[in-house]
Amino acid sequence: MTVDAIKAGALMLFAALVQVSIASTIEVAEGHPDVVLVLVISIALLRGPVFGAVVGFWAGLVLDVASLETLGLTSLLLTLVGYFAGRLGDVTTRSSAHPSLVAVALGTIGFALGSAVVHFMLGSTLSAGEFFIGVLLPTLALNMLLAYPLYGLCRRIFPTGVRERPAEVSPAV
Amino acid sequence: MPRQRTARLPVLDASARRTEGLSPRTSRALRARLVAAVLVLVSLALITVYFRESEDGTLHGAQRIGLSVAMPFEVAGERVARPFRDAWGWASDLIGAKEENAKLRAEVEELRKRLIQNETSASENARLRELLQFVDGPNFPAGFDGVSTRVVGRPPSAYNQEVLIAAGTSAGIQRNDPVVTQDGLVGLVTDVTSNGAKVTLLTDQSSAVSAVVLETGAAGIVRHGPSDSAALILDRVSKDALVDDGNLVITAGWRTGKLESLYPRGIPVGTVKSVGQQDVDLYKRIQVAPVVDFDSLAEVIVLVPKNR
Repeated sequence: MTVDAIKAGALMLFAALVQVSIASTIEVAEGHPDVVLVLVISIALLRGPVFGAVVGFWAGLVLDVASLETLGLTSLLLTLVGYFAGRLGDVTTRSSAHPSLVAVALGTIGFALGSAVVHFMLGSTLSAGEFFIGVLLPTLALNMLLAYPLYGLCRRIFPTGVRERPAEVSPAV
Repeated sequence: MPRQRTARLPVLDASARRTEGLSPRTSRALRARLVAAVLVLVSLALITVYFRESEDGTLHGAQRIGLSVAMPFEVAGERVARPFRDAWGWASDLIGAKEENAKLRAEVEELRKRLIQNETSASENARLRELLQFVDGPNFPAGFDGVSTRVVGRPPSAYNQEVLIAAGTSAGIQRNDPVVTQDGLVGLVTDVTSNGAKVTLLTDQSSAVSAVVLETGAAGIVRHGPSDSAALILDRVSKDALVDDGNLVITAGWRTGKLESLYPRGIPVGTVKSVGQQDVDLYKRIQVAPVVDFDSLAEVIVLVPKNR
């Protein structure tokens, strides 16, 4: 677990730097590929909700520091994304053939909607058209392109055999 | 008596077992919820404290230290990405290059003619100023030292139009210093560390700059447009003022008593794209196309006042 935590922490540091200095300059309409988000989702799928939430929090904190943004804002959203992606991983990884794709799609939509709500509360707004067509759709497409390669990378870094899978989990009734 | 004991004990025992003997699955789910809830609360606390404290507060300070540590890595990342970005830009520019070449040649001819006229006007202006002993405020670019620096990052959010640059207080940059490119106004330094700074772009919702139309002198405020993030509007221009399509909008650089505009006069902001007005409106509706391409900012110049 400690080794996993160190690996995840270092990976998120690297990913945040890549996000701020490289990925944010790749722009399709107003959307950017979100490397950090996809990595948080992938790790959460492999390691469960607790690990996902902690990794999400750490990644958000690093991202906020590296971009001088409001501290805690990205942490809040990525913590929730990490937690729910972990839950999704617990119940669907075995049954679904494309867990990362589904989780990244849901995570991107959830993150974008959450981000819109939080920014609206803080006074920054986008028009609905710009949000859906300019931001959400391009980001969704770019993130889904990243889903398989980054999930594959995470599977190599965090081998699934190590994870203490919830063997006693029975299908939720 | 024994019957009573035997009747009650199983009940108590069952309740105790319910508390102590949570299934591993339930306890794991509870633990996950607890961890997530705690982290969400910590995040909310961070947001609250960050907003409530001053710019020199603990969290802001810690964040600046964090960015100072991360900045060399961000610069390195930008350097690694630069050749690929340049290659992409070069390939994109090839499309329509011939057409653009012809357009630019015509523009060069036109600008050569204007240059001769402007040089004559400038020398005449200098002579008349000397005759009138004209007292001027800080002007652009003579009153400023330019700190040229590289754009190393963009915050990953469509809501904030900002960039990070690789120069900070060690290069003499302070908060509220204007930022330009060779084309025109980019924005304002809104946060600064020892080796980096955050520049809020003119297209951000929080940005506004007092400006005038060069050709007619019509004054107003340039700010973010209502919908498209790249569009600007020149607001508060009286309906009587004369403004035409293609007019150049520059910073006004006003000064009232001790108050002074953050931007010096004469920095190009954009060209008028469209002008409209309706009977019910108080002011003209003027759209401005920025002279700076905010999507492909690579280097900028921070204007540091010489008399600071």
